[in-house]
Amino acid sequence: MPTVIVEVMPKEVLLDPAGKATARALQRFGDGEITDVRIGKRFEITLNTDVTPELLEHIGELARDVLSNQVIEDVTSIHVAD
Amino acid sequence: MRVGVITFPGSLDDRDALRAVRLAGGEPVSLWHDDHDLQGVDALIIPGGFSYGDYLRCGAIAAHSPIMREVIDAANKGLPVLGICNGFQVLVEAHLLDGGLIRNDHGTFIRRDQKLRVENVDTAWTNTYELGQEITIPLKNGEGGFIADDETLKRLEGEGLVTFRYLDVNPNGSLNDIAGLRNARGNVVGLMPHPEHAVEAGFGPDADRMQSGTDGLAMFVSVLTDTVLSK
Repeated sequence: MPTVIVEVMPKEVLLDPAGKATARALQRFGDGEITDVRIGKRFEITLNTDVTPELLEHIGELARDVLSNQVIEDVTSIHVAD
Repeated sequence: MRVGVITFPGSLDDRDALRAVRLAGGEPVSLWHDDHDLQGVDALIIPGGFSYGDYLRCGAIAAHSPIMREVIDAANKGLPVLGICNGFQVLVEAHLLDGGLIRNDHGTFIRRDQKLRVENVDTAWTNTYELGQEITIPLKNGEGGFIADDETLKRLEGEGLVTFRYLDVNPNGSLNDIAGLRNARGNVVGLMPHPEHAVEAGFGPDADRMQSGTDGLAMFVSVLTDTVLSK
């Protein structure tokens, strides 16, 4: 069964408090090489049918309208898993 | 006047909202997220809590739940709708109000008695306040940071759609100290703080006397005496 991967990230311009807190934690383990962390989401959508361009377009709409909020997030990737 | 309160899985303050309606003199009506029936209510409240565990994004799954189709339709026809805290997040996710709400800039959950200024009284939910009135009602959230792009923010300010602004302390990093918003028509209002927790002396925030604050009650009275929408 094919799986479609959708990735969503908070918009670049927005503060990402969870990423900031994680960055501070990671920085305790390094020599100062880590400067920033941003946390996004990865959705693995399993299908019971072959992936068609129409279906991919439909998933794109769902990614834009449901899986992400375009005010605060961007859909950064939609691709079929190997 | 019948005022509905929608309960979602994970709603917390639905009972408090029903009680606030009753104390204001209205008839509270419980509504269920999985129905397609608003039971003919005259106004509607989306309460606080953590609908659907706040999975995906706060309010996002609730915004796509069955009853919301009727809510969006009714709101667009002028039905008064108030979103409190998680309810504000639901209204934003349902595109009934502008902007977005993200995690507090300091990263922690906050609970405090919050001072606000009423910035707009031409709405179904604020018409018994005085313009510029300072009120204190409880605030409790982890993701209450209001954000919008520059263009949207300019429009919200220009059209006077900011309805409540944080005073003294900005508790979550909200842009322009925005605590609550209205839509252009004035029937839909959303805010992060909780008016339903400040409706009865003895159970509200501290005011003249301990826990005597009832500054939230006027919001529920406003919708009962609403003259804005009948204009």
